[in-house]
Amino acid sequence: METIPYTVTPREDTGLINAKLGIWLFLASEVMLFGGLFSAYIFLRLGAVSWPEGSSILNVPIGTFNTLVLIGSSVTMVLSWAALAEQRFDRFRLYLGLTMLLSLLFLVVKGFEYSEKFSHHLYPSSSSFMAIYFTLTGLHALHIIGGLVVNGYLWGPGSKMWASDPERFTNRVEIAGLYWHFVDLVWIFLFPVLYLL
Amino acid sequence: MSLKHFHIFFIVVSTLVLFGLGVWGLNGYFKHDANGSNLIIALIAFVVGAVLIVYGIKVFQKLKAL
Repeated sequence: METIPYTVTPREDTGLINAKLGIWLFLASEVMLFGGLFSAYIFLRLGAVSWPEGSSILNVPIGTFNTLVLIGSSVTMVLSWAALAEQRFDRFRLYLGLTMLLSLLFLVVKGFEYSEKFSHHLYPSSSSFMAIYFTLTGLHALHIIGGLVVNGYLWGPGSKMWASDPERFTNRVEIAGLYWHFVDLVWIFLFPVLYLL
Repeated sequence: MSLKHFHIFFIVVSTLVLFGLGVWGLNGYFKHDANGSNLIIALIAFVVGAVLIVYGIKVFQKLKAL
């Protein structure tokens, strides 16, 4: 069976391994997706007769808490990759496990926040602000779930690769880390835009 | 861009947003309604922002060696 080339050594023309080039192309498409929705937010706000201050509708302390949770998860994500680079598999599992716990905590808090809005009869159909709030944060939450699935695979069954091809596995974790950082970076922009401005 | 560089970029952006949040909290506390939660948010944001600066410097040195 022919193996996939450039999973460990970089291609001569791009200077990158295939997976890194692939993830950056994917992240570029994600920038366009979220960028389009951010543009929608700007145009909705500019076109509105009145626009509520985010902090008057949304819970800033909860948003702040979730921001800190995601920053923490990025820290543990990079530490899990660094642990593999230092050949410390036990540390890798600890840090990646923490990353998953933090992402679960984020989703639980987000769910609590959503249920609080629903209990006050605030739905996507309630106003343009609520529509764009649920669209942006809902799409972001789906990305968190996607990252959780990937990280869960790397923590569980996918980690068997460490025994057979450790360098390739380390690269996989780095690719997952790039995606995770992007998802967290989106929240770092979403939080001030929706909650504070 | 590698994960190392992206992480440093992320820490820089997060620090800036946290300091912005701190200013927002102080502004809300002193100029608007003296809401205690705004002051607490500001304090947390400034403290975590400062911790991130220290962490950023340390992790930069650690990642550079990898």
